[in-house]
Amino acid sequence: MIKLTRALLAASAASAIVLSGCAATDSASNSEEGAATGETTTISMWSHAAGNDQEIATVKEAITDFNASQTQYEVVLEEFPQESYNDSIAAAAASNTLPCVVDVDGPIMPNWAWAGYLQPLTIDSALEQSLLPGAKGYYNDQLYSAGAWDAALGMLARKSTLEAVGARIPTVAEPWTQAEFDALLAAIDATGDYDYAIDWGNGWTGEWFPYAYSPIMQSFGGDLIDRSSFETADGVINSDASVAFGEWFGSTFAKGYANAAQTGDRTEFIAGTIALQYNGNWAVKDAYEALGDDLLILPPPNFGQGPKIGAASWQFGISSTCESPEGASAFIEFILQDKYIVAFANRIGLIPATATAAEQVPNYAPGGPFAVFVEFSNSYGVLRPPTPAYLSVSTIYEKAVADIINGANAKQALDAAADEIDANLADNDFYR
Amino acid sequence: MKTKLSVGLVLQYALAVFFMLLFCLPLLFMISSSLKDPQAIFADVKSWKAFFPVGDVNFDQYLGVFERLPMAQFVFNSLLVSGVVVIAGLFVNSLAAFAIARLKFRGQNSLLVFLIATLVIPFETIAMPLLVLVNSLPRLSWEDGSIEITIGWLNTYLVQIMPFIAGGFSIFLFVQYFKTLPKELDEAAIIDGASYFSIYWRIIVPLAGPAFATSAILSFLAIWNAYLWPVMVVQTEALRPVQVGLDYFWASTSEEGTQWGEIMAYSTLITLPILIIFVIFQRAFVASVASSGVKG
Amino acid sequence: MTTLTRARKRLFSNSLNAKSARAGILFVLPAVALLAMFLVAPVVLAFSLGFTNAKFASPNEPEFVGIENFTELLSLGQVSVDADPSDPNSAYDNLRDLTKPAADTPYAGMQILNESFSEDGTKADFTLAGDALFWKSLKNTVIFALVIAPLQGGLALALALLINSKIKGKVFFRTIYFMPVVTSMVVVSILWIFFYQKDGLANVILDNLIPGYEPIAFLTDPNLALPAIIFMSAWQGVGFHMIVWLAGLQTIPGELYEAATVDGANKWQQFKAVTWPGLRSTFVFVLIVISIQAMGLFTQVNVMTQGGPLDSTTTVVFHLFREGFRKNEIGYSSAIAIVFFILVVLISIIQRRLTRERD
Repeated sequence: MIKLTRALLAASAASAIVLSGCAATDSASNSEEGAATGETTTISMWSHAAGNDQEIATVKEAITDFNASQTQYEVVLEEFPQESYNDSIAAAAASNTLPCVVDVDGPIMPNWAWAGYLQPLTIDSALEQSLLPGAKGYYNDQLYSAGAWDAALGMLARKSTLEAVGARIPTVAEPWTQAEFDALLAAIDATGDYDYAIDWGNGWTGEWFPYAYSPIMQSFGGDLIDRSSFETADGVINSDASVAFGEWFGSTFAKGYANAAQTGDRTEFIAGTIALQYNGNWAVKDAYEALGDDLLILPPPNFGQGPKIGAASWQFGISSTCESPEGASAFIEFILQDKYIVAFANRIGLIPATATAAEQVPNYAPGGPFAVFVEFSNSYGVLRPPTPAYLSVSTIYEKAVADIINGANAKQALDAAADEIDANLADNDFYR
Repeated sequence: MKTKLSVGLVLQYALAVFFMLLFCLPLLFMISSSLKDPQAIFADVKSWKAFFPVGDVNFDQYLGVFERLPMAQFVFNSLLVSGVVVIAGLFVNSLAAFAIARLKFRGQNSLLVFLIATLVIPFETIAMPLLVLVNSLPRLSWEDGSIEITIGWLNTYLVQIMPFIAGGFSIFLFVQYFKTLPKELDEAAIIDGASYFSIYWRIIVPLAGPAFATSAILSFLAIWNAYLWPVMVVQTEALRPVQVGLDYFWASTSEEGTQWGEIMAYSTLITLPILIIFVIFQRAFVASVASSGVKG
Repeated sequence: MTTLTRARKRLFSNSLNAKSARAGILFVLPAVALLAMFLVAPVVLAFSLGFTNAKFASPNEPEFVGIENFTELLSLGQVSVDADPSDPNSAYDNLRDLTKPAADTPYAGMQILNESFSEDGTKADFTLAGDALFWKSLKNTVIFALVIAPLQGGLALALALLINSKIKGKVFFRTIYFMPVVTSMVVVSILWIFFYQKDGLANVILDNLIPGYEPIAFLTDPNLALPAIIFMSAWQGVGFHMIVWLAGLQTIPGELYEAATVDGANKWQQFKAVTWPGLRSTFVFVLIVISIQAMGLFTQVNVMTQGGPLDSTTTVVFHLFREGFRKNEIGYSSAIAIVFFILVVLISIIQRRLTRERD
């Protein structure tokens, strides 16, 4: 014991000296290490997709190929869970330790551009032209982000289920009306064959809530914020139409059609214990493989203003502190080659960002089983409000909807959201 | 009389065994599940098998964790940070305690009162201002082949280490212990012409093994299990400690369908070594907790 | 000769004192400097930031706002409005005229904390708060502390008495009971998420014990989420306080028990007359430590429930973290920290007083 303590203490003297060295070895950002050796410059990159093996696999493939294709830059990837990704970016920005390349969710991008986390993105103009609108992010008329795909939501069902309850199979031209959809939920519930009629995906958290549910609210005629000024949410997020959405949405849980304690793995639809699933095209591959021709990919119902789905998904951008933006944009151009866009689309089932890539993806080529998502995206896609305030709007809305799912009064929850958004806007000088 | 006594004793054993099950079964479940495939975990949940590594026992979940995550890096980060905090802390705190307990200088009593007063400040209350503070502190960093001064400590080892070296409680523990050592030791050494530092180093430190063990154990556990602070100050994966790594791993798999087998393997990896060390040194652990009772 | 020795001795001891003073200050310097930097400075900073609207990572400059943060945090109000029984939302509409941020009333910007409707549905009473989430957090935190202090402290005492009795294998049992304490709260929380799932262990056990039991997803039920967290936290922490009680038990001299036995006292009388009085200071310590730890409830909530469902598990420290770190409102978060700090100090003072008076 005595010897041990003294040895420990002696080591402490040494460690005190090494301490300053600790600071030296830790600067994980940007390009120091590479520049020091004068050969390759390290380009750090953060991804939100930890745990999403298919998505990460393609990112890694592109990184490996990029690093092998030239010697000037080396891209190094770090993965984060989506849930805490935005917090990590904000904290890293405050400490000037942002990586060079970030991925950013489309609607969040204006906030990061406003806060100075991002620098404008310059990529080959032919490439920029070729990308779908939903795969590009502009703020103040400047390009800040570009992505390899767009996502689309739809309603998944089994043909056999609908036939059993005698429901009409909707089309893009003639989607379900609210009355039809309500009748369908009640009919499914009445069969007693399922634990729940529908899986809304409420086991997921964060941006999924506004992404998935605010378009339904827009179909009712509501919205998140006044889009003419972006300076108030009062009378919009708590308008009669928005409250009608909240009450209807909450009622699907109160009536037992949906499960408030839904978990995030969402395996019940394929397992056959939940009849309908409201989900993105990334989830359809598994369902298609499991159900084959019995799977129906249906447009979301029309609640008055036509079906709506969210547009814009995850994209790539360059941080403002990146010391080698040329290298970073070289990598972004590299990963936006059709080859990888095709790989993303094949693996995670998202809509390819270029038309030329779409032709190489059997599922999305005209007549392919998922091509209907391209139609949804073109006909129903709405952008979430492109304002720096969106980051706050999103979390406030998420809480309001979560409360409604758990039985809170919709009017009260949305009133509170309106007040909170307005207070946040005033507090931040309206994000001017 | 005799039967009554044994009934009481049987009841005591029954209670002791009941609590034993209550406290160890969840941990057994964690360890056993880490050796099974996820389907087997859910299949076994309905029987006693849940708590024992039976059936198709394998290390696939562990391989999965190492494949998916830079697990070795996380463990290295936590070991480095807790190691430096423990060692530097032992030195800094025991040296200060030596001065307070055995030397005479102006203000030493008020210093002790101040140290005891710091014990009522919960870390949670200073976490946010501390974040602002460390984000504006300068540090040395290695840039382009030369040493430069950079502002901001976020995403460093430094920020995980420095705030936790000095501790009022640790100093207080050492003071209590040093006061029990006979004064004559120092006096004899002074007459021999020894410096104060050599009295501390040669005489007091070798006699204070138990106090060092106590302080080391408490601070190691605190840093190894730290969560709130590293969540706030460490974003880069390269510097992430084990607990935050686990939380992020859990959060990222819950989106895609939780990988319970791998989660249990990760949990076991960062818990079992501590449990083994605890079982071996349980006397010292228990003594360290018991001595924290003097705090009141 | 003697005077000479004394003079030399004094000279020697004077220079010794000076040396001792120099060494003393030198030796405490590293610890004091670190504490000043990482403990005192943040406390001072908390008290100054609490009066500003400082934001972390915002391009806007912080401004001094006086006690605005504290009035928002602490203000409460009570108001009655008319309601139309046929339209359940009419009460909220009427209330909104009063609470809109732009309204010219004392209730402007306030949120609903509690509501009750009269039986005929024509009147609604609302309790309003500047920050309803803070009051909900405070309520949950206080419930947590009030339940877990007797639960964990009492169970720990029971375990300590059990181990201190005549049974064999004390060290074995003590080691097992202590194991959850060295297990991190993150690991424990994730493990118990599994137990609390609908198809998890807790439901399987209850299903075997209770006929006709319906499985419950504990953490998504607003009425059960907090109790579930309380039970798990007690499970994790009880071993720690068992050891503290044990240390207290061992300070009670054995002769007292012998004397009591000679007087013919039974076990319960012995406990009341000898054990409990001997544990007085341990009792105060255990109570204060559990309460203060309980007030700081955070990790479990952040890992398991994020404050939900329906704010049923939000806590003061979680609120502070959410405002400061998630929403970057450092100024407001510091104001919460100040209030929290005052609460913790008050609790320890009150508990000390209460337990002292009973002596």
